[in-house]
Amino acid sequence: MTLTLEGRTTTGLAVPPLVVPGGAVVCLTGPSGAGKTRLLRAIADLDSSALRISLDGTAMASVPAPTWRRRVAYLAPVPGWIAERAGANLADEAAATPLLATLGFNQALLSRPVRELSTGQQQRLHLVRLLERAPEVLLLDEPTSALDPAVRDAAEAVIQARAETGAVVILTTHDATAIDRLGARHWRIEDGEVVEA
Amino acid sequence: MNGVIDIDIEKLLLAALLLTVNIAVSWRFRLALERKVGIAAIRMTVQLICVGLILEAVFSRSDPWLAALTFCIMMGFAAREVYARQARPIRGLVGWLAGGLGLWIAAISLTVFALVVVIGHDPWWEMRFAVPLFGIILGNAMTGVALAIDGFTRAVAREQAAVEAMLALGQPFHRAVAPILREAIATGMTPILNSMSATGLVFLPGMMVGQILAGAPPMIAIKYQLMLMFLLASGIAISILLSLSIVTRLLTDPRHRLRLDRLASPAA
Repeated sequence: MTLTLEGRTTTGLAVPPLVVPGGAVVCLTGPSGAGKTRLLRAIADLDSSALRISLDGTAMASVPAPTWRRRVAYLAPVPGWIAERAGANLADEAAATPLLATLGFNQALLSRPVRELSTGQQQRLHLVRLLERAPEVLLLDEPTSALDPAVRDAAEAVIQARAETGAVVILTTHDATAIDRLGARHWRIEDGEVVEA
Repeated sequence: MNGVIDIDIEKLLLAALLLTVNIAVSWRFRLALERKVGIAAIRMTVQLICVGLILEAVFSRSDPWLAALTFCIMMGFAAREVYARQARPIRGLVGWLAGGLGLWIAAISLTVFALVVVIGHDPWWEMRFAVPLFGIILGNAMTGVALAIDGFTRAVAREQAAVEAMLALGQPFHRAVAPILREAIATGMTPILNSMSATGLVFLPGMMVGQILAGAPPMIAIKYQLMLMFLLASGIAISILLSLSIVTRLLTDPRHRLRLDRLASPAA
């Protein structure tokens, strides 16, 4: 499975021809406001752009948007919840239990109102909600920003395991040490351009 | 019918003096509403006198073109009012039409239904029935639609993260906004349902009071009122559904994105 992209986002960020094979983890870094979020949202087709994006040769525009997003899923930096009860936001609570346990998420929290969970608890539930749908491309916008080091390592291990099963992972981070921990490729945004470092 | 007792102008002015109570309250509690009370009272008086003149002309001339013009003006004002009552309406003519179309379709079809099927006067288009019925259905639908659209767009803007989370997981737009849509429909329909339950117990509706004051037997006035409440309730439901389905389409695009950029900027 291969993700390819090239072109420009609506905010003018230039993307050279990039090819990401399944199994790769890419860290995207750059100053705040450089367009990291815009780029990930454009790849998920949540924002319009002049990027040419395709997955295994299938162009984004040739597939209905919901179908594309089930394959190419975007994790926003701030979680949003449609259901009041925390667990009701998951597709399958029982099936998600092992994953929640791996991330140290107490299962009793699932029956609490989701807005009463701490920022870190919400971030883990947010990540699990995306992972349980097993997308082929994971676009993770600061997925571990609110996690303590132990939980962050657990989350990174889960993300890496997904890549090992053939998924493409692109994640943004302000933490340069994440690149080494994840053994990731590095894309940097410099002067309105994505540069492969 | 014993006919209507006219009111002298001096006595009407006496009744208008009652507004000094509102002004006194505003002054005492520093609400700064004095101007608003005055402007609202003057607007109401001028508007009603104009309507009176128009109605007298429409009723006496029985000219279909004059009647059509009257209806068009009423529909234009209703759409404008729906637009003005929204914190962040959809920009441009489409936003104005989104509120208007639902209202117009509901008000026209229900007025024709009431005139032809329920009242069955000959000729059915007699303006004495048509104009007030059309106005009251339009006015109530206007309130419901304004509440529903405003509730919907506010909630979608507030819940942007939740809606986009659903979209990002591959839900189609109509599924992502379904909970918000349900709530907005309920918001728009609540006032009419409340007034249906309270009618007669707490207050006597205006049209019924008017007919009784004009000398109609109470049971006839009540039958008219019942018909009217059924028309109003369904008119509100129809117009809300039509308008919200238009608004829902305008807030997305063929790629199922959330297009908050189509809403007017929030007020400063």
